[in-house]
Amino acid sequence: MTDCLIVGVGGQGTVLTSRLIGIAALKRGFDVRGSETIGMAQRGGSVASHVRIGRDISSPLIPRLGADVILAFELCEAARAVPYLKPDGLMIACDVIVRPAGSSEMFGIDAVSRYLRSSLAHIRLLDGEKIRERCGARGMNVAILGAALSSGSLPLSMEDIEEALDDRFDVARAEANKAALRFGARMIADAGLKSED
Amino acid sequence: MRRMLLMGNEAIALGALRAGVTVAAGYPGTPSSEVLETLVKERRDGVYVEWSVNEKSAMEVGAGAAMSGARVLVTMKQVGLNVASDPLMSLNYVGVKGGMVVMVADDPGPISSQTEQDTRCFGRYAKLAVFDPSTAEEAYVMIADAFACSERIGRPVLFRPTTRVCHSYATVTLMEDRDVPRAEGFSKDGGRWVIFPRLAYANHIKIEETLKSLADEFSDYPGNILSGSGRLGIASGGVSWCYVQEAFRGVGEEHRLLKVSTLPFPVRLGEEFLRGLDEVLVVEELDPVIERELIFLSGVLGLNITVRGKLSGDMPNAGENTPDYVRDAIRKFLGTSGDHAVTSSKSAAEPVPPALPVRPPTLCAGCPHRASFFAVKEAAAGHKAVFSGDIGCYTLGNALPLDMVDTCLCMGAGITVAQGINRVEPDTANFAFIGDSTFFHTGIPGVINAVYNGADIIVAVLDNSTTAMTGGQPHPGTGRSISGAPARRVSVSRVLSAIGVDDIQRVNPFDLPSAKAAVTRALAGRGVRAILFEGECVAVSRKHENRCEVDEKICIGCSVCVKRLGCPALSIREKKAVIDQSSCTGCGLCKYVCPVRAITGGEAA
Repeated sequence: MTDCLIVGVGGQGTVLTSRLIGIAALKRGFDVRGSETIGMAQRGGSVASHVRIGRDISSPLIPRLGADVILAFELCEAARAVPYLKPDGLMIACDVIVRPAGSSEMFGIDAVSRYLRSSLAHIRLLDGEKIRERCGARGMNVAILGAALSSGSLPLSMEDIEEALDDRFDVARAEANKAALRFGARMIADAGLKSED
Repeated sequence: MRRMLLMGNEAIALGALRAGVTVAAGYPGTPSSEVLETLVKERRDGVYVEWSVNEKSAMEVGAGAAMSGARVLVTMKQVGLNVASDPLMSLNYVGVKGGMVVMVADDPGPISSQTEQDTRCFGRYAKLAVFDPSTAEEAYVMIADAFACSERIGRPVLFRPTTRVCHSYATVTLMEDRDVPRAEGFSKDGGRWVIFPRLAYANHIKIEETLKSLADEFSDYPGNILSGSGRLGIASGGVSWCYVQEAFRGVGEEHRLLKVSTLPFPVRLGEEFLRGLDEVLVVEELDPVIERELIFLSGVLGLNITVRGKLSGDMPNAGENTPDYVRDAIRKFLGTSGDHAVTSSKSAAEPVPPALPVRPPTLCAGCPHRASFFAVKEAAAGHKAVFSGDIGCYTLGNALPLDMVDTCLCMGAGITVAQGINRVEPDTANFAFIGDSTFFHTGIPGVINAVYNGADIIVAVLDNSTTAMTGGQPHPGTGRSISGAPARRVSVSRVLSAIGVDDIQRVNPFDLPSAKAAVTRALAGRGVRAILFEGECVAVSRKHENRCEVDEKICIGCSVCVKRLGCPALSIREKKAVIDQSSCTGCGLCKYVCPVRAITGGEAA
């Protein structure tokens, strides 16, 4: 059984990411259950998608201390999600900060990163600027999904997700997403998962 | 058998198709909207689907179709049922021939709603049977049972999922379609369909008999489940049932559990559950419906049982349940604190999180509503003015820095609330903001009321050519039907004109000087004036051409653009304004507010 929590800010693609995992897991023969944030809260609010893979799961929401893996597309949302990670779970977070509209307050990447590193045993922070350069702002979600696959924290292979992308998108968009997926996977593989654990 | 990953609302739609639905109508409302959208995507022959102008219309279209023998699905959110309550109350007395399921999605939290009302209570008030699914896969099966029940008793039934059922998803195994005979068509039946006091009396007696027999039959309904043993019992329903299951996962203990999925309450099953118990914990959301039933039943049976729940103060009486809260409440009830109680105080060594941003929902970058609000704000500065709002994305105009929504009550209320304020404070300029879809939904009678009674208000229609907040559904003003096919377009300005509003101005909100001039002109007038702000929703058009950019050499870092507009694409970095190129739509509004003209690009408005 694998519980995966995906957090971010409305518009970052949490719903799409959870659907890709769900579709791929279903194809692999797993049972899937989950929940998404849809509606008013999507307009720039904090959003979370819960994906639960395995049999005999009743709740669509992952309880606190229950997530095996957390994918965070935004650093402050990563900090908010800390109570949900299992003690031996893995968080993969992108180090970008999205400030609320009209806010002039600064939320420092360093302070939030420090908090994450000190609270979690297993955390990988990915360079958001680098991802944005290579994959565009819209490729961020799939790149982080690639990183999660590469870390082995989901019971799915790269090919499983690539197939789901083919099902979902036209050739051009599927290929762009696959490139982002592979880029994210390489970010984890190159650095070596152990180095920062 | 095909297994699919379905959202609750998709499962409800496919379940309704399996049950032979041929007519479906509704009005968009989170969390109910995806049901009709799924029905349309399936494109089944002989299935008619429409977005009605409001929930009352949807209910009445459904009533006519069900009187004609069709299986009918009507969908809405909980507050929509308030609008549709008039036809539904009477329809239960008149009855139906084809099965009619009224799907009403409740929203504990609330996450996207004005109220936390409980449709199960409406069911009791209206004397209707209610089906209450816990999961997407249960909803898929249960909606067919709801259709069968409705057709058998000859009355509409309610089907009540909540947000965490509608917007959760699960692996669902699809089943073969049920065999449903074709609708016979309308037959006059000697006045059967005409509600009269004498008929109402006779049918009231029948309704009470039906409810009584359902209370017995539902004890055998597979969705109502009794299990376990012991002297402590837990009763639950809806998605809370899943949290109860989760709390007991991997725990060897046996306790008596009751899942209630229907109203009338399954009395025989309830009695079986209660006998032999000392205490009961009821875990449910919104109103204490199951809790009251169990207290009542204990009283009738003369059982001395303590029932804990919302009424006793053991469970919260507002907001949604969470798996964590439910687990802790159950452990407390059972007297087993568990090995890692989540809500217990944290150890001192744990790091303290830094201050994190609060993220209220915000109007999108490039939203035409921001421009409209800004134009009115600028032009009305110095005037004594009240801004009545309404339901839609533009309710978000209440947030700083715009601060342009002073009231918001219910669909269509802005126009009439403005009139009431104006009667008390005649020297106030009263603006009523209303979206295009809301205007058609319930705005029009308010305008007629204003014209007829000689009110002094400015109706500001924020026309973005869609029903934006719920995901961009078409409406009578868009010229498209739910399937995307061309439809007759109903013109907002011609409706206003026909009502007798003589002073109507149409403006492009992104042309700020013209928009402000229109507001200034309206402020100088009297009577009912209208301004139509016409700008397409950016979430629908997805236009991202000719984005705006900041010339760093000119920008003085005054942050006026950020502070006055609250656009999510604008921020200040290293004492210079920055425009996020991935979200900017090039609307150009920021160009108008920049005091040093540091912003270039955008549409040439």
